[in-house]
Amino acid sequence: MEQTELLNQEEQSEDTLKGKYLIFSMGKELLGIEIRYITEIIGIQPITEVPEMPEYVIGITNLRGKIIPVMDARLRFKKEVREYDGRTCIIVLNTNDITIGLIVDSVSEVISIADEDIAPPTDINKGGHKYIKGIGKAGGSVKLLLDCQRLLTDEEGVMAPSLLN
Amino acid sequence: MDKGLTNEPMLDIFIYETAQNIEQLETAILASEKANCFSPNMVNEIFRIMHTIKGSASMMMYNNLTSLSHALEDLFYFIREEKPEQMDCAILSDIVLAGVDFIKLELEKVKNRSSLDGDPSSLIEDSRSFLSSIKGQGKLSELHSAEKEAAPPQQYYLSSKLISPGAELKCYEAVIFFDDDCEMENIRAFTITHNLKNYVQEFSYTPHNIIENHDSARMIREQGFRIVLRSDKDLDGVREFFSGAMFVRSLELRELSEEELQGQLGEGQGALQQEDAVKASVLQAQEQIESGPLEIRSAHQGIISVDVVKLDKLMDLMGEMVIAEAMVTQNPELKSLKLNSFYKAARQLQKITSEMQDMVMSIRMVPLSATFHKMQRIVRDMGRKLSKDVELTLIGANTEVDKNIIEHISDPLMHLVRNAIDHGIEAAKERSESGKPLIGQITLEAQTAGSDVLITVRDDGKGLNKEAILRKAMKNGLLNNPEKEMADREIYNLIFLPGFSTKENVTEFSGRGVGMDVVTKNLEAVGGSVTIDSEEGAGTLITLKIPLTLAIIDGMNIRVGKAKYTIPTTSIKETFRVRENDLFNDLDGNELIMVRGQCYPILRIHEIFAVKTETTKLTKGIMLMIEHDGRSLCIFADELLGQHQVVVKALPSYMKSIRRVEGLAGCALLGDGTISLILNISELVKV
Repeated sequence: MEQTELLNQEEQSEDTLKGKYLIFSMGKELLGIEIRYITEIIGIQPITEVPEMPEYVIGITNLRGKIIPVMDARLRFKKEVREYDGRTCIIVLNTNDITIGLIVDSVSEVISIADEDIAPPTDINKGGHKYIKGIGKAGGSVKLLLDCQRLLTDEEGVMAPSLLN
Repeated sequence: MDKGLTNEPMLDIFIYETAQNIEQLETAILASEKANCFSPNMVNEIFRIMHTIKGSASMMMYNNLTSLSHALEDLFYFIREEKPEQMDCAILSDIVLAGVDFIKLELEKVKNRSSLDGDPSSLIEDSRSFLSSIKGQGKLSELHSAEKEAAPPQQYYLSSKLISPGAELKCYEAVIFFDDDCEMENIRAFTITHNLKNYVQEFSYTPHNIIENHDSARMIREQGFRIVLRSDKDLDGVREFFSGAMFVRSLELRELSEEELQGQLGEGQGALQQEDAVKASVLQAQEQIESGPLEIRSAHQGIISVDVVKLDKLMDLMGEMVIAEAMVTQNPELKSLKLNSFYKAARQLQKITSEMQDMVMSIRMVPLSATFHKMQRIVRDMGRKLSKDVELTLIGANTEVDKNIIEHISDPLMHLVRNAIDHGIEAAKERSESGKPLIGQITLEAQTAGSDVLITVRDDGKGLNKEAILRKAMKNGLLNNPEKEMADREIYNLIFLPGFSTKENVTEFSGRGVGMDVVTKNLEAVGGSVTIDSEEGAGTLITLKIPLTLAIIDGMNIRVGKAKYTIPTTSIKETFRVRENDLFNDLDGNELIMVRGQCYPILRIHEIFAVKTETTKLTKGIMLMIEHDGRSLCIFADELLGQHQVVVKALPSYMKSIRRVEGLAGCALLGDGTISLILNISELVKV
């Protein structure tokens, strides 16, 4: 690992973000998102519902004059909902010029997970697991690492409304 | 690479300036052509523009632009000096417009950072041969040999006029010697010539290049400063003028006869070297520009160009500021406190922010005139090519529209005008047979109506042929309804379908079946609509309805459950409480309401948008009657929250990519930082 880091010295700037994950909790599970996708973390704030959206897109919110869609992680992964509380956060993600807020129970820390500590997900096509890019081991616990691109651009988003009607 | 970077701002300025100049030039030429003469003011203006373009092009080392604008500048220099009477304005306009097109094309290349490879030589040729034809020389070859050094034919044009007989002006020759020790004789001489300009009609002098050439001082000292002039003053009057000049030691003044004058001039011109001529005339030109028409210059004063991105950003910031202001002044924590001076200050802040908001909005508003004037050119070119006499009238060109919208309506307007000329206006013969004036009329009119701008394109041509439209639509399989059931308007609207064109022959301008559908598409992109009216034989009227601005609307905020919605105030006719006995159901179970003897359908917002609310009984909530395109319905909401100006924002693209929500036009930030959804009334009335 150290060797590869030396080799990639030119790409240092990108590398500083690489391998670092923001860990947040959802119920008992710990999940991680690569920090290069994350713009900021804000507390929960008023959200306006938008009709005819898939269930997990709970609405839009005003991020300092910019209107961003907000998605509930629990609903996205088909977990039971729970009331938002003081620890509830919105993680603002940005991939491919799409900005979106992800509501999570609480955020805990940023950790580095080396590539060799990440195992491929087991059953890739099963339910919420298809947004899992890998399973990271760090600090004596297991973290489910999310595939941000898929979370945002998954085709289920387009399919869902037709199911709603 | 470095060089490219440092050039960038200059390049931008060049592009911007030249584009502006070209636009002015085009307008000036079209106006002159219409009047069928080039007024001295116009000639000055055109000359000034050509001169500026030449200057900036040579600074940027765009040689082809420089040489072309130079040739045109020469042409207008001659016209300005000589004021030739027999001049074919049409040909002149053609030459200049061809030049304008060339410069436009090259400018595009500059914008795309590609190399300027256009060859203007044929245009320059045209300009030169025209110049020589109005000069009366006629012989092209002669002209060429004279101009091999690329020196322009800017000489002392007054010479030819001096020769022209029949004038009552007298000619004089003055030789001036300055005081021995006055120094800088050339400057003194220049002062005299400068003053002379206002005093006598025409004059010429040797040495010619008095300012640039420092030897001229010596020449003047040795040989005297010789002026040949023509004036209506008598000998004494002229003598008086020269004696008033400073440092004059001696003055020889005599009247010249015609023959002598010829000789003088021959001599003068012989001594005149090409190089000198350029300098002297440029000098003259510069001076005349400086003393030139002041009003033209003042019209450009105080205008700066700003990147639209910055304006968008400013707009966003303004929106945030309005919200932030509301957050401060309406902060719930202040409620129990008695704060007289605070509220006074807060009101002041409110006033300033709202003024600022208006100002920011107005910055984005651009008059339609530029777009309209582009049409002049199209009408002219097409009229020429199709040999139809068409006159374009512009009404309300000062109407202002948001910058973003202007960009979207320029193309549709162009298509409509083209269609009007090509398909609408008949050939002259046909027109005279049907007893219409020979010159076809196209009227372009803009006016504001509420929060919309109406732009109409009216022609007095042959109108639309319903049968032909139907036949064509049938042939192309575009007809969905039985034709007998179709209203006239519906039939006319068929021409906006893609792949529709009734014109049998495809012409350069139209008839390929693309175009009219571009009109609808572009307008829909900005939330506008097109309607068409026509009377066979009498003409066609096409109306474009576009929103004034995309950025801000006057809206009524309503609450349904926890959600807030905004309805554009302009589409609300009235709001009222419902009485039980006005309500009834039709056979399909649709709810209707009777208002003053009229029936209206009821639309429950909480039903169509599946919002949870406790107010489901119609008598408990509030009813808003809305109207759009002559259709009315009543919207049911929980309560009214009040009327505000709201900043319109599009729904996030992520949501749009999921699906387009029918009935929503976008969202708006409210004063308390929350978001309301803006209802799309035109879609709701169709439900």
